[in-house]
Amino acid sequence: MSETAVKLIGFFDSPFAHRAEVALRLKGVPYELVLEKDLGNKSELLLKHNPIHKKVPVLLHGDKAICESLLIVEYVDEAFDGPPLLPADPFDRADARFWARFLDDKCSTPFWLALWTEGEAQKGFAKEIQESLKLLEAQLKGKRFFGGDDLGFLDIAACGFAHWLSVFEEVAGVTLVTPQEFPDLCRWGKEYTSHEIVKQCLPDRATLLAHFSAKKDYFVSTVKSMAPN
Amino acid sequence: MAGGEGALKLLGMWASPYVTRAKLALHIKGLRYENVEEDLGNKSELFLISNPVHKTVPVLIHNGKPICESSVIVQYIEDAFADVGPSLLPTDPYERAIARFWAAYVEDKLANQWVRVLRDKTDEERAEAMRQTLAAVEVLEVGLKECSGGKGAFFGGDRVGYIDVLLGGMVSWVKANEPLFGIKLIDAAKTPLLAAWMESFCELDVAKAVLQDVNEVVEYAKAVQARMAAAAANN
Repeated sequence: MSETAVKLIGFFDSPFAHRAEVALRLKGVPYELVLEKDLGNKSELLLKHNPIHKKVPVLLHGDKAICESLLIVEYVDEAFDGPPLLPADPFDRADARFWARFLDDKCSTPFWLALWTEGEAQKGFAKEIQESLKLLEAQLKGKRFFGGDDLGFLDIAACGFAHWLSVFEEVAGVTLVTPQEFPDLCRWGKEYTSHEIVKQCLPDRATLLAHFSAKKDYFVSTVKSMAPN
Repeated sequence: MAGGEGALKLLGMWASPYVTRAKLALHIKGLRYENVEEDLGNKSELFLISNPVHKTVPVLIHNGKPICESSVIVQYIEDAFADVGPSLLPTDPYERAIARFWAAYVEDKLANQWVRVLRDKTDEERAEAMRQTLAAVEVLEVGLKECSGGKGAFFGGDRVGYIDVLLGGMVSWVKANEPLFGIKLIDAAKTPLLAAWMESFCELDVAKAVLQDVNEVVEYAKAVQARMAAAAANN
C-alpha cells in the first residue's frame, strides 16, 4: 500500500467534497485537508489540478490528481485497503452506480429548482423531486443503509439528502421531505449523519445555515439560467 | 465466469448510440447475446418491468436481472465477465480513475449537449448546444492525447477500452452531424487525434459488425425532427 501523501482540496459547504472526505475516513487513509477560502477566487492549486472543471473536490495522491467526487470515492476504494465501499457482486455494483447516477443526473437539478422557483413551476419541480426521492427511498428496502448494515457507495453519493436537504429547505422556506411522507429516507438520513465516522467530517449545520442564508439571492439568480430538459 | 453466455439479452433500438455502446462492449468481450429490438412507441412488458425508472434503452438482462444505463451496463460487462475476453479498463486504480474521468466527460459534456441539438425547441438553444458540443470535442482531443499516452490511436492505447466504447457507440451519429446540421463534429483540421481515432475505430471488425449505417441514421434523425416539428406546430 502506498505511503505517499494524500491531500484533499475541498470547500466547507460542499457535499461533493464531503463525499471524498468520508471515503478517505471510512478507509482509514490519513490525509491533509486543504480548504478553498472562496470559490469565487479559486486557488492556484485547485486550478492547476482540475483545469477542466475547476471544481472541488480534488484528491492529490502524491503527484496524481483525481477529480469528480464519485470518481474519487471509487479511486479511494480501489487504491487503498480497508472496508470496501462498493459491493463485491457485479450486479450490486451496477445497482449502486445506477442510483448514484440517478441522484446526480435526475435529482440535483429539480431539487435546486424546487427550492428557488415559485408558483406553478415550483410545484412542478417539487412533485418531480418528490417522485424521484420516493424511487430512491425504495432502494433502502428496510436496510439500515443503502449499502446494507454499513455505509456504502450509494450512501456516500446520497449524503446531500441526509445533511444538506433540511438546511436548504429552511433557507428557501420550502418543505419537500417530511418524516410522514418519507419515513425510510428520514430514518436513513439520521443514521447517516450520526454515523461515528461521517460526523467527523460533516460541516456544522448552524454554520451551513448562516452561510447559505447569506447566499439566498445568489441561489435564486442561478435558476434563471437553468433550462430543465 | 459469472454466468452462462446464453443468459444475456439486450433490449435495444437499432438507432440508439447508447444501445450501440452495449453491443460494442459485448462484441469486444466475445459474448453472445440475444438482441431484442424494442418498439419504443409500443413498449414491451419485459422492457417496462426491466427499466421502470427511465423506460429507456438499452437494458441488459443477465440471468434474468436487468441492468440499465449504457455506462453502467458497460462497466457491468467488465465486472461480471472479468475473465472473459480483453479488459475494457486498466488494472491500475489511477489509470482507471483517468479513464472514468474522460468517460464521464464524454457523457456529461459531449453526449448530453449533443442530444439537445436534436431535441431543444428553439434555434437559439440548438445553436448553443452545438457550440457546447464542439467545445467539448476540442477538450476531448486533449483527453485522447492524455489517455492514449502515445501508445496508439485509441483512448485505451493500442487497443480499445471503456472510453472508446462510450464514444464509439456514437460514431454513426457523429458522422451524421454533417449531413444533418452542416457541421463536422470531428474535424481533422481542428482535432486531428480524434479524426484519426474515428478512422482507426471504424476499421475494427467489431465496429463493422455493430455500427449503424450513417445514411439510415440520417433518415431516422430527419424523421424524428419532422415528428417534433409537427408536434410543436400542433401546440
